[in-house]
Amino acid sequence: MSANIAALLYLVAGVLFIFALRGLSSPATSREGNRYGMIGMAIAVATTLLTHFPSFGGLLMIVIGVAIGGGAGAFIAQRVPMTKMPELVAGFHALVGLAAVLVAAGAFFAPRAFGIGDANEIHAGSLVEMSLGAAIGAITFTGSIIAFLKLSERMTGKPILLPERHTINIMLGVSLLALTALFVGTQSGVWLLLLILASFALGVTLIIPIGGADMPVVVSMLNSYSGWAAAGIGFTLGNLALIITGALVGSSGAILSYIMCKGMNRSFISVILGGFGGEVAGPAGGKETRNVKQGSAEDAAYIMQNAGKIIIVPGYGMAVAQAQHALREMADILKKEGVDIKYAIHPVAGRMPGHMNVLLAEANVPYDEVFELEDINSEFGQADVAFVIGANDVTNPAAKTDKTSAIYGMPILDVEKAKTVLFLKRGMGSGYAGVENELFFRANTMMLFGDAKKTVESIVKSLAH
Amino acid sequence: MTDSTQQLLEKAQAAAEAARHLAEQAQHYSDELAHTAAAAAAHGLAGGAIDPFVFRVAIFAMAVFVGYYVVWSVTPALHTPLMSVTNAISSVIIVGALLAAGVEGMTAAEASGSWWANAFGFIAVILASVNIFGGFLVTERMLSMYKKKG
Repeated sequence: MSANIAALLYLVAGVLFIFALRGLSSPATSREGNRYGMIGMAIAVATTLLTHFPSFGGLLMIVIGVAIGGGAGAFIAQRVPMTKMPELVAGFHALVGLAAVLVAAGAFFAPRAFGIGDANEIHAGSLVEMSLGAAIGAITFTGSIIAFLKLSERMTGKPILLPERHTINIMLGVSLLALTALFVGTQSGVWLLLLILASFALGVTLIIPIGGADMPVVVSMLNSYSGWAAAGIGFTLGNLALIITGALVGSSGAILSYIMCKGMNRSFISVILGGFGGEVAGPAGGKETRNVKQGSAEDAAYIMQNAGKIIIVPGYGMAVAQAQHALREMADILKKEGVDIKYAIHPVAGRMPGHMNVLLAEANVPYDEVFELEDINSEFGQADVAFVIGANDVTNPAAKTDKTSAIYGMPILDVEKAKTVLFLKRGMGSGYAGVENELFFRANTMMLFGDAKKTVESIVKSLAH
Repeated sequence: MTDSTQQLLEKAQAAAEAARHLAEQAQHYSDELAHTAAAAAAHGLAGGAIDPFVFRVAIFAMAVFVGYYVVWSVTPALHTPLMSVTNAISSVIIVGALLAAGVEGMTAAEASGSWWANAFGFIAVILASVNIFGGFLVTERMLSMYKKKG
């Protein structure tokens, strides 16, 4: 196969990847898009194997590698519960990052196969591209591992603040530049190794100060990084499929980070600098002593049975309690009784972009009952009940009124405009931003304490009576 | 009536004159450009061809823009599948892993280097495969759950 045909086939693969993302503009076309992505991947792999036919031993290793990796991947894909998607995505980012590092190292050891020069005479441009791919890949790897540990709660979700952390990061950043220069100048693998190690360290120090509530931004950002790492390697290989994919994924992650930051009214820089949600912010005033109105599942069932329109607001607490199936069951009963049910999703609800939508889809909630903040916010005024399950900060009116609040300016769901607000919460604790929610103390609010899933199940029981 | 026709004619003539002038200038610039390009080619770039790197940068820049518009059109409800599918497609990095895993040292000096390349390539093939299969299949699984009313 000629190099030109190969380049064209890689281009075709890249275009198919664009179609894969294009399909996601609507759930109706999304699965078709995913197929295009798979075909693109098959074309890219086949083209590489045909143009650089591996040695017998090499082919054997490739087959074994694909069997092990593919088997593990397929197994994970079938088994992972939908509530664990954020961890899974973070884990996958780590793999892409590490693969980029390994491919860069492979290119360094076998430059001729990659068409970037001979051993010890690699083109300077390729060395720079290789360093970029390796460094970004390494940052993605360790950063994603930290994100994975935080999301799966194997590590505290609270920000971990190293002393002089900004100085450490700046020094690591400068050393990356110096090591790249040394590597390009001397072509010695030692510098490449040090570069990779310094990048590993930077990945850790960048992500540990960022708190659990900011994880949607972090996951999106690491998504973006994994794309830029792939693009860096794509330049080293001169491979169009990789360059196009890297650019697509890089900009996709960047846009998602932007959307998440906007959803929290925080600048990207302030998220990256970290430390948010560590100390309790907001107006100080000692311990809260006001009373809240507490209700039972029977009360909630009674209120909802007599309602005409209910808007359900799910949050991370629903994911933790795995309450989505019980919730849908409750909605089904109410719908049969003629109640109008809609779902309202805040952009940063959950731990990653679109997290709540997936959970509701898993519980068979039709996607045309699920609305984004800007499409439904005006409807709370006509709603009889706002049913808030496991969400807190995204409903806090302090974001609109209290300039001293840590979440001031964040767009919120106007649940307080509904006639009755039902709050399902584990306890009286404040949300991840560490801010007290004024809504809990209002006359039209009723609190239902306990595990969200159990509470919803008892509501279902009361409704059935 | 004839007056205004006269005026129009004059205007058209003036415009034609201006266009001719511009064309001359453009000719001049393009000559100069060709001259510089030829000089540049003679200076360094082999055979007067543009370095492939420039094309790659161009494609990269275009793809960033394509990505920008395509991703903005993704419905927020599908942001999680978007992340998992971008994850899967970025594993096209497997093409690099395949090269490294399949390489064979031609000379004795290359043999040790290719051994390392094989080892790194093998691990990278495993990692990328986890992502490719895991990413596409989990996306498929998620997307199959999105259903319309009724």
